[in-house]
Formats: sequence, structure tokens, C-alpha cells
Amino acid sequence: MTRRRGLVPVAGAAALGAVFVTLGSFAHAQIGDFARQERGRYLVAAGDCAACHTADDGKPFAGDRPIETPFGTIYSANITPDPETGIGAWTEEQFYRAMHEGLAADGRRLYPAFPYPWFTKVTRQDVDDIRAYLRTVAPVRAKPRDNEFIWPLNHRFAMAAWNGLFFTPGEFQPGKDKSAEWNRGAYLVEGLGHCGACHTPKNVFGSSKTSDAFQGAEVQNWFAPNLTGDKRTGLGSWSEEDIVALLKTGHNARTTAYGPMGAVVKDSTSKLTDQDLQAIATFLKSLPAFTPNSAGDADQKMLSAGKAIYGDDCAACHQLGGEGVERVFPSLRGDAVVQSEEPLSMLRLILNGGHAAATPKNPNDKTMPSFGWKLSDEQVAALATYVRNAWGNRAAPVTAETVRKLRSSTDSVTGAY
Amino acid sequence: MVHKLPSVDVVLVGFGWTGAIMAQELTEEGLEVLALERGSWRDTGTDFAPSFIQDELRYRYHGHLFEETAQETLTFRNTPDQTALPMRRLGSFLPGTGVGGSILHWNGQAWRFLPYDFQIRSQTVARYGNAAVSQDMMLQDWGITYDELEPYYMRWEELCGIAGQAGNVNGQKQPGGNPFEGPRSKPYPTPPMKQTYGPTLFGQAAASLGLHPFPCPSGNMSQAYTNPLGVTLAPCTYCGFCEKFGCGNYSKASAQTTILPVLMRKKNFTVRTESEVTRVNVDAFGKHATGVTYVDAQGNEFEQPADLVIVCAYATHNVHLLMSSGIGKIYDPSTGQGTLGKNYCYQLTPSVDLFFDDKLLNPFVGAGALGVIVDDWNGDNFDHTSLGFIHGGYIAGYMTTGRPIETELLPEGTPKWGAKWKKAFVENYLKSMSVSLMGAVMPDKSNHLDLDPTYRDVYGRPLMRMTYDFKQNELKMQDFAMGKMVEIAHAMKPREIKKSARGPRYDIEPYQSTHNTGGAIMGASPADSVINRYLQHWDVPNLFVVGASAFPHNSGYNPTGTVSALALWAADAIRRQYLKHPGPLVHA
Repeated sequence: MTRRRGLVPVAGAAALGAVFVTLGSFAHAQIGDFARQERGRYLVAAGDCAACHTADDGKPFAGDRPIETPFGTIYSANITPDPETGIGAWTEEQFYRAMHEGLAADGRRLYPAFPYPWFTKVTRQDVDDIRAYLRTVAPVRAKPRDNEFIWPLNHRFAMAAWNGLFFTPGEFQPGKDKSAEWNRGAYLVEGLGHCGACHTPKNVFGSSKTSDAFQGAEVQNWFAPNLTGDKRTGLGSWSEEDIVALLKTGHNARTTAYGPMGAVVKDSTSKLTDQDLQAIATFLKSLPAFTPNSAGDADQKMLSAGKAIYGDDCAACHQLGGEGVERVFPSLRGDAVVQSEEPLSMLRLILNGGHAAATPKNPNDKTMPSFGWKLSDEQVAALATYVRNAWGNRAAPVTAETVRKLRSSTDSVTGAY
Repeated sequence: MVHKLPSVDVVLVGFGWTGAIMAQELTEEGLEVLALERGSWRDTGTDFAPSFIQDELRYRYHGHLFEETAQETLTFRNTPDQTALPMRRLGSFLPGTGVGGSILHWNGQAWRFLPYDFQIRSQTVARYGNAAVSQDMMLQDWGITYDELEPYYMRWEELCGIAGQAGNVNGQKQPGGNPFEGPRSKPYPTPPMKQTYGPTLFGQAAASLGLHPFPCPSGNMSQAYTNPLGVTLAPCTYCGFCEKFGCGNYSKASAQTTILPVLMRKKNFTVRTESEVTRVNVDAFGKHATGVTYVDAQGNEFEQPADLVIVCAYATHNVHLLMSSGIGKIYDPSTGQGTLGKNYCYQLTPSVDLFFDDKLLNPFVGAGALGVIVDDWNGDNFDHTSLGFIHGGYIAGYMTTGRPIETELLPEGTPKWGAKWKKAFVENYLKSMSVSLMGAVMPDKSNHLDLDPTYRDVYGRPLMRMTYDFKQNELKMQDFAMGKMVEIAHAMKPREIKKSARGPRYDIEPYQSTHNTGGAIMGASPADSVINRYLQHWDVPNLFVVGASAFPHNSGYNPTGTVSALALWAADAIRRQYLKHPGPLVHA
């Protein structure tokens, strides 16, 4: 494998339109670099690096995006090739150590908001190609803000203990009795795709509970749904085609991606090949069902109130039977987000509204309007409780207190009267 | 200080419906397209969500989606011997503003014109002789035929998912459709809407009289639809908040629901909102447009150069902008000189209200294009010999809405307020409906648009002056149609009816329809038109003027279908012909 420095192609949107700029005075571009960089570009999309390393209205990969964690706010790193504020001075070996072991070039321990517990599974070849691509993006000289951590996590040595307890480095090992497709899916989901970073619950130390993998978890006041085979709250009633369609287009016959998953679809999964998406679907459909024990008896008065509100405010789009309109409005009947253990995502959409993920394959950015200005905490709770228990749905009732807390900590996305 | 901006390939003046069509089509050619829109950005979930759109006071009466007369208005008079006064409140028509323009608040009545319309002068003369066209009637052919426009009507219907029952597919008559329509290449993309009781009664009565009722072609969706661009529309909920409102349910065809989701993703398209174009700039010879000048919300003035300028604002504003830019000669009715501003036409909309004792019509279940139509008395679908007028209109049994403030059908003699008014309102609200005419208006020598000598807009430009009145052709046609409407109304067996005729003078105050046409008309010759058959300016070949301003007369149908088809036709001419050989597409 040749080392590449010096002439670095900046690959624009059109690959053929690549412009060459000189960054250093040594070495030369080699034949085959472009293919590696393009491979790296694909992997960077698969890893959704931009989600954290590109700020809203920021330059690509220049970092400084605030990432809220229960332990404080982290500002993402600049991973452009700028040698001083970015990672331009990092060697291939240093970059691999960051991905594989969570160590910065100077040996400091990185915080696991950078998902190295997943990236450790990525192969050396893929990591090198990711770096090859990142060296082609425009260098940005900008130092991200300092992290705002609570004690003692503001001391990086704390991470040594954390790693000792919760982190085992090691590349992905294919299951010998599994198909190549399943192994590819597992590699993407558990490695670069770091799906579990959101969909797997964390312990009090912020480490994913491997025993509860993909069972659904609260993330920044959303609930990343259960991806296991449970029929009500997970992917049990989804076909593999449903999964592929959602990841590829943001939409499928039953639902639509909103919120953070909408962003993941737009920036990452919509750019993956059909083959890789099929592999992801194969792997996800193999996850054994985890059924949360969350159903409880809903108050009859609350259900009646919720039903009336539903008829007035929701049925025009989602239909009286909750079935939605195929390809246009999501079905609420049998929906996993609606019946999630924690109703956060559903409540957020009711309170704040949201825009559906628009992708090149499906440009429909349909909007769920905000009802937060219109419905009280009690009304939202009644509505959500009704929807969670209508048409064969079953899930725990929602309290007004849950709605109140969420309302006070989130903002409206779409317009109010 | 005017800031000069970098040049673009195409600048669009206005980003309403025709702007969206032109932008979508021309960006497909890889052109860098910039739209300048005087109003603000608008999207369904933020600006007219179903959680608050059903608000008559805000939208109908406070005019939330309409242009503001404090910003832009016009002066009005009935006849040239009067002094025009400025309209300080909107009345007879309600032009929109903002992204999506007026189609955002249309009813959705989605019509094609008749083959007769495009060759109206030659066919009228051929059938009835020269005498049928009075000296003051400035009737002219359009320079295009229905057959030429048909593929573009079809594309428009497919873009919008129009719901309807075809009456004539490739010359084959179809049961249940309009037997008088021009031949269409395909049926409608979606089936007709479900009719409620009122329109059904109308259809039964019309059939009993030997007429040919059929469901109104509708831009309100009868079922979920995915258009050729991949944009989805949802089934209509029959809430009855269409005209004057945006649709919160993605159920009414508009720029927002058919084109923008695709267009706004394109890197070669930009829309700049709150940017009002005040002038189209031309070179010293007046033969080439160099771009436009616009003013932003802070009052900063910009010059935006462009290779191609497309004026696609509301019809009357297209005309006003050409006038303020000094492009073309303004029509003078006293001399007949000039073409810019002539053939301004409107719509004639008399109605008959019906009151039943025994039938619950439930008007709260409605939709903008929900209704049954008879076209027997439209265009040249019947013999006009010795009637003293030409053309006609369709007669409709619509059930567009039961909006509580606006829906006030009350029998003759009901007081305007008080206990008796309340009682009559309660008794009649559920048991009344209207039969109405969408009457054609023929161009008249004295009906025209020009610049007002006295009043100016916020930018110091003279306001546009409208001189308009109903003429003999309209009034005779109204008398004739009223007779037909009363006949149908009686056949529906109501307790009583109330006739509401328009005129004899045109009154610009009560709302009638936002169907203003003409003023920058298309035609076969620069002697009697402003733009050629491709909507290209006769004098300035890199300037196109798109919209109902191009109509040489107004037919007995709502104009949106023909506006759309002409926009697609013009876009196609630019794509296939103009870009290869920039210059006049028709040699005069």
C-alpha cells in the first residue's frame, strides 16, 4: 500500500470534476487513490461522520457541533486535513488508533461520544480508506470549543477507568455459521453504522448495555425504537423490504422517518447501496425479539377524551382507523414508535411537529404540524394514551407530567397559530 | 445605490404557480435559475397546517394569503370618461402573494378551454358571419390550436393528479363525462370526486331536462396520488376550506404539493423571497432584456442580470411590470394604437340560490371543485343564431363550502340582521345551495389596462389603472344563462329560489373571482398582440411573459388549466427551440 501525501484531490459532488490542489511539498498522488478515496467517501457516509463532525451551517467536517450527553456538552472535533486544528498531521497509524482504541494522536483518551466502542470493529482497510477520503476534504483552520463536562469527567484519565470497565477493542469477527450477507449487515450495524449508539440502552456510566442490544433507548428526548423482532415495538412485523425502503428513501408503506432518524437517512443510509441495505435488513431481522413489559391499564375517561381529540385533530391525515395513507401519511396502527416503551418520539411530534426525511428517491418532505400551542399537557397525554391503545395497539398510558417535562425541554419545529 | 449582482441564466419574476413550472422545466436543462418573489416563503406545515387553517376570519376576511393593497394596488373605473380611484381594499378579485402565489388559495376547479376558444374569431365568423362580432369586440384567434396545447393540458393534469371523468378520449365519447370537451389523449389521472347530495340533485335535474351533467374536474384529490415527479398528494377530506385557504392536508394541487419538494432540492435553483422586481431592464435599442431591478425588504435596490427574463407574476402584475419598464406600446382605446393593456377580460358569475324544506344538503361537507356541471351552454356548444351574443359558460351545482361566516344563502326578503336574520340563517343553512354560471367575457375596445396619471405605488411607479365594465355580450348571455339556471333550479324542486344576477355595471367591491385575464396577450401578429404563440415578447426575444395575461379573451371556464398548459408549452419551446437558437421563435 502506498502512502499518499501532497497532491490531494478535492472530490466535489461530481467525481469527474475533481480539482487538484497542492497542500504540501512532498510525495505524489498514486493511481488507485481516487478509487480508495471514493470508497472512503462511501464509508464516511455509512458511518454518518458528518452528523457529528459538521455543525449546522458549518463547513464540512470542521466539527464544533455541540453534542449533548448526560455528562455535559461535547463539541465535536475538526476532522478536516488542517494540520493544526484538524487531523492533517495525524499518521495513518494514529488515525487507526483513534478509531480502534479511542486514543487521540497525542495519546489522550477520547470520550465515547465519539463512537469508538463501535468503530473498533471496523477493518484496517476501511479505516485507512476513510482517512484517505477525509484528507481530500477542504482543510478548515478552526478549533472547536472546549467541552463542558461535569467533574470528574473533565479529567480524561477518568476515561481510562471507563475503558477498563466497558470497552474491549477488536475488529469485527464474522460469524462462521452465518451468511456473508448477515455478516456484512452485522459489520455495518455494529461497526461503522454504530446503530446501537442510539438504539441500545446505556448504563449509568453512559456505556451501552451489550446484553440489551438494540432494545430501544432514550436519546436527547427522543426514543430510538426497539430494533429487535418484537411485533409491537420492534421490527417484528416489518419485512426486509420495509427496512430497506425506509433506510433508502426515508419512507415505506407504513411509516416515515422523522427527527434524528430522518437526518440519519438523509446523510447516511440513503447513500448506501441496495446490497448493503439488504444486508442490514437481514441482520436486523435476525435479532431475537425483546418485548418490553410496559403495557398498563389506561383510564377509560382518558381514552374517551383522547379519542375525541384524535377525531378532531388527527384523523384528517392519519384516518379514523389509524391506518394513515400509504406513501403519504404514516400509519399509527401497529406502529413501533407509537407503542414504544417510552412515548417520547410520539409526544415530540405531537408537541413540536416535524419534517419527514426527504431523499433523492423520495422528495416528499411532508410535515407533521405542531399541536403544542393548541393542546394542553392533559390533552396531549390523553391523545397519546388513546393512540397507544387504539386499533389493537397496546402500550403504557402517558401522564401529563411526562408531557410537561418534554414540553419544557424541547422546541417547536413547525409553526403555531 | 444599486448593487449589481452576478448574472444568472434565467431570472423569474414571481414564484407562484407558473414560476414553479418554469423553474422546474428550465432547471432540467441544467440552467441556473433564480426566482425573485415579493412575498415570503410558505410551506404547508408552517403556514397553513390543518391545526389552524380552518380560520375564516384570518384567511378570508383578514386576507392572510393575499396581496396587501398598502404595498401594491390598482385604480379602477368602469369607463374611460370616469376618473379612476385606487382600490384600498381587495374586493372582486384576490391576488395572492408569497411562494406558491394564487394557486395556493384556488378552489381546484381544473378546466381545459374548448377547441373553439383558440380559434374563436375565425370559427365564429365561419359559423355566424362577420356580423356576429360587433365592431367594439376585439375578438382574435390565439395563434395556437387546442390540438397543439392538448399534450400540455395532459401534462398539467398528470402533474396535479386532476380527478375527473373524461368525456372524449381521442375522439371516442365516454359515458358520464363532458361530451363537449376537446378530445383528450388520455383519461384523467384519477377518478372523479364523490358527489354529495346537492350536486347529485343538480345532476339528476339537468339530466331530466336532456342536458349532459358530469363531475367537475378537480384539483382536490379523490384518492392518494403520486405525480410524475414522485411527489405525493393525499385524499381530500371534504372540509370545504379551499378557495382563499391553503390546504393543510396536501390534498389540493399547488406549487407546494406538486413541484416544490423536487425543485427546492436542486442546486441550480434559488428563490430569493421578499424581493420585489420593479423593472425589467432592456438595452439601449429596447431589443434585448439585460435583467431586472428589484428591491428587498430593507429597501436595498439590486440589479440582477440574466440571459433570459421570464415574467410570471400575477396576470395584472405582468402587465403593470411591462408598462413600468417601458417595454411595448400601451394601448389607447381612443386611437386603437398600442397592444399592451388591451383585451383585459374578467368573468361573469351570476347564480341562483335554492332553498329546500325537505332536503338536508349538509354544506359543511364540501370541496372547492366538488360539483356537477353542464357544459351545454358554453363556448359554441349550442347554436347562437339570433341570440345576440357569442360564447357562454358552464352551469354548476357546486358544493364548495359551508364555511359559517361566508356561507349565507338566505331567501328573498330576509332582514340583514337581528332575530329574523338569525332564524332564517338557522332554518336555511343546511337546506340551501347555489346553481352558478362561469360566464365567458369577450374583449371590448374600451376595457383595458394602462398607467394611472395620478396615483403611485410605494416605489414611486404609477399604479396600474383598470377600465372595465360588462358589455352587451355579457349581459345578453347572462339573461340567457339565467333562464337556463332557473329551469334547472326548478327541476330540483326547491321551496323557493333567489336569482342573483351581476351587473348591469361591473362592481369591483364584492368578491366574484380571481380570474383576471389579458393585457399582455398572445397572438399571431405583433400588430394585435404583445407576445407570440410561445409567450415570447415580439420586440424582446429573451423576454417571456407567462400567465393569464396572455389570454386574448376569457372563456366560460376557470383559467388555471389553460394558464398551466401555456406555461408548460412555453417552457417546452424554450427547452427545444430557444436554447438552441436564442432569438425570435416566430418571425413576424
